[in-house]
Amino acid sequence: MAESSAQPTPVPTGPALPVIGKSDTKPTWCPGCGDFGVVAAVEGALKRLKIPPYNVVIVSGIGCSSNLPHFLSSYGFHGIHGRALPVAEGIRWANHGLTVIGTGGDGDGFGIGAGHFVHAMRRNVDLTYVTMDNQIYGLTTGQASPTSQMGQKTKSTPTGVIENPIDPIALALASGATYVARGFSGDVKQLTDLVAGGIQHKGFAFVDVFSPCVTYNKVNTFDFFRQRVYKLESAGHDPSDIVAAWQRALEWGDKIPIGLFYRTERPSYEDLEEVLHAGPLLRQPAGLKGHESVLDEFV
Amino acid sequence: MSDLAVRAGGQAGDGIQSIGETVSRCLSRMGWHVFGLNAYQSVIRGGHVWFQARAGDPRPYSQGDQADLLYALDPQSVAVHAPSLRAGSTIVHDPEKFAIADSDLPVGVRALGVPTLEIARKYTSQSILQNAGGMGAIAFLAGIPLDLLHEVLRDSFGKKAGEVADWNVGAASAGYEFARAHAAPNDHALGRKGAPKLLMSGNQAIALGAAAAGCKFLAQYPMTPASSIMHWLAAHAQTLGIVVKQAEDELAAIHMAIGASFGGVRAMTATSGGGFSLMVEALGMAGMTETPLVVVESQRAGPSTGLPTKTEQGDLNLMLGAGQGEFPRAILAPSHPVEAYQAMLRAFQLAEDWQTPILVASDLHLSENVMTVDREEIPTDVEVRSLFTVEPNGHDYQRYQYTDSGVSPRALPGQPGLQFVAGSDEHDAHGHLISDVKSGIPIWVTERQRMMDKRMRKLHGIAAATEPPAWEGPAGADLTFVAWGSTIGAVRDARASLAERGVATNLLRFPTVYPLDPAVVQAEFAKAKRTLLIEANYSGQFGRLLRAETGVHLTDRLLKYDGEPVYPHEVVARAVEVLNHGGK
Repeated sequence: MAESSAQPTPVPTGPALPVIGKSDTKPTWCPGCGDFGVVAAVEGALKRLKIPPYNVVIVSGIGCSSNLPHFLSSYGFHGIHGRALPVAEGIRWANHGLTVIGTGGDGDGFGIGAGHFVHAMRRNVDLTYVTMDNQIYGLTTGQASPTSQMGQKTKSTPTGVIENPIDPIALALASGATYVARGFSGDVKQLTDLVAGGIQHKGFAFVDVFSPCVTYNKVNTFDFFRQRVYKLESAGHDPSDIVAAWQRALEWGDKIPIGLFYRTERPSYEDLEEVLHAGPLLRQPAGLKGHESVLDEFV
Repeated sequence: MSDLAVRAGGQAGDGIQSIGETVSRCLSRMGWHVFGLNAYQSVIRGGHVWFQARAGDPRPYSQGDQADLLYALDPQSVAVHAPSLRAGSTIVHDPEKFAIADSDLPVGVRALGVPTLEIARKYTSQSILQNAGGMGAIAFLAGIPLDLLHEVLRDSFGKKAGEVADWNVGAASAGYEFARAHAAPNDHALGRKGAPKLLMSGNQAIALGAAAAGCKFLAQYPMTPASSIMHWLAAHAQTLGIVVKQAEDELAAIHMAIGASFGGVRAMTATSGGGFSLMVEALGMAGMTETPLVVVESQRAGPSTGLPTKTEQGDLNLMLGAGQGEFPRAILAPSHPVEAYQAMLRAFQLAEDWQTPILVASDLHLSENVMTVDREEIPTDVEVRSLFTVEPNGHDYQRYQYTDSGVSPRALPGQPGLQFVAGSDEHDAHGHLISDVKSGIPIWVTERQRMMDKRMRKLHGIAAATEPPAWEGPAGADLTFVAWGSTIGAVRDARASLAERGVATNLLRFPTVYPLDPAVVQAEFAKAKRTLLIEANYSGQFGRLLRAETGVHLTDRLLKYDGEPVYPHEVVARAVEVLNHGGK
């Protein structure tokens, strides 16, 4: 493993330190939306870790859930549909002193952005990606999403979905994510633990969240999940065991696991990118001054 | 005046590009200005590829029209290139591989059979060594000193391949001596001229210019003819402290660059038309979030996959219109490595000053061909300003504050007390969305218009900060060429050859193709008698832009879209036609 001279995100202390909080923008989500639980968990995790809001960037794409960056007092980048992750990666590489959190929905992350999702995980960029997975397109008023279940009737599939849904947990395991978790916005306490664990984890941390859409998904409701979810940590699951993680990932039906599926240590992209060993890129000198000898190769 | 052109032709895999680069390097080290054309196909083996090194004084700005020496590695090379050979030319070939019948030789052209394979066999069974013998013969005919050829060959192999370098040097000597015993140097052979020059491709100049401008981050996806920008920066990433990321696709590449720029470093991406088409939505996001960004678009012949290894200026409309809605941008169009280097310095400064995407339009002809520059033409002493444009002062920070220039104070993540959200949705001065619950409400309708006005106001400043149209040649000439980008090279060479024939012309070139200041452009055209627009596309895209933006309508045109670069003789012929017959 390459040694990195880069400083980890400092955890400042002291009474004067600003803490993350809600911004002055009120969420526009429907009353009862699962995403309220997710923003509470992200806020709670950052508070617990005492990361000041100016050192945090929350990056999102487009969709109901992608409005999240507006509701907290950190920096934010609310980009275009499906592209949160490459923006988040660019921010990390420009300044890896920052805590970068990607947020978005299942359509954003596993549909239009699926390619970026897979590649960000295989390169183990040190960021946390929280998806608010409601198995439906909400902002566009109720079409099928990549995680909609077989047979689900939506505006775009009036006779039922005929494609197998993506399993985000299995996809993450296959893609090399080093922290793979699933939460439920009906359990903010566990979700806060999972997000905080992801932020502390060095490498790509993925937290898929069952975050029910109360308006357009009448199948995968809060009650649907409350009746089915069980906690991995209560079931004796060992998150260092990749085979066990795969077995749990494949469970779906009457019993659906939530919690930490898998965690491992692997050098992050930032560890392996030698240029970043000299510190955050934006603090490094720029230009050709002192490097004029690069012109010699052209003679 | 001096002018010598050496061509080598064969199949992909024959080593034609190495031959061409070696000969170009020799001529450049002799102190001559060189234009090296690398004509290749989208195949790894087979087909027909060729390279031409043209050197001379005045400086060659294009591949010219004729060659003096041809090193033919296969019969097809003779068939393709013999018609371009000047009287007095020599074709070097190996009779063991193929014979050349006298009837295949144009008048005044002779063939010199050199036993290159036999020479190679003295050292190795690897037939690629034949090229060294051929280059030795070519060097003698071209006036390239043998010791210089040895030096360039040794440099190209580096320190690692001692034995292989020795074989090449030995074979080159044998080829050189064979030619000396059997032929005389070409009439246009060159001697040593002066201090060595730097030889670089347009893409290498772009990469160097980016580095000099303080670029710290490049994300790119491979696509001809833009890939070698990434290759050069990747090779120098550790030395220069630049993060070079090959992204999973062009969508990721441009978003990574935007993220890096938002994070606080000068960042860019580069691609060709196909990749740029994928970047279109993100370009608008850079405009909307007011994130500085430099995008190099190296055009190739389209549409669609088109001709991947052939040139065109067919993407101007795309660059002008890329992105839904409207946002300020600039398009810079260098024609030569010196201009490409300077365009990158300018592009990064413009992007940062005006917080919007800046496009640098190249094309295959500029990006992949090699040209010489003098060291002083590429100054490396460039001041890279700090990015921090705002400091916390306890007051209400507005990232998108309304200003006269349209530019708002920019904070970077990590700065305490200045947190904001950059939104791709329409937003107010604080960055708060006005796209959902506020949209359509009268005060926010007004806000939207103010914010559009603020962003678009930057175009005035950008227009004033960019390089205006520039004249070359005598004022008041009978004919004014109008050109942008790499086609300017052929126009420059055509002007020189017209001047030799007593026809005075000048050139109005557009280093900035957008934005155009109508008053400035109209004033320049008032000085032109008769105009001829030269573009490498089907519809005269720049002519249309010029007419739309300034009302200047250029009716005489030379439009080329066969994938090949514009040749000076084509420009000359069209100019004579326009002057004699009034065009049309």
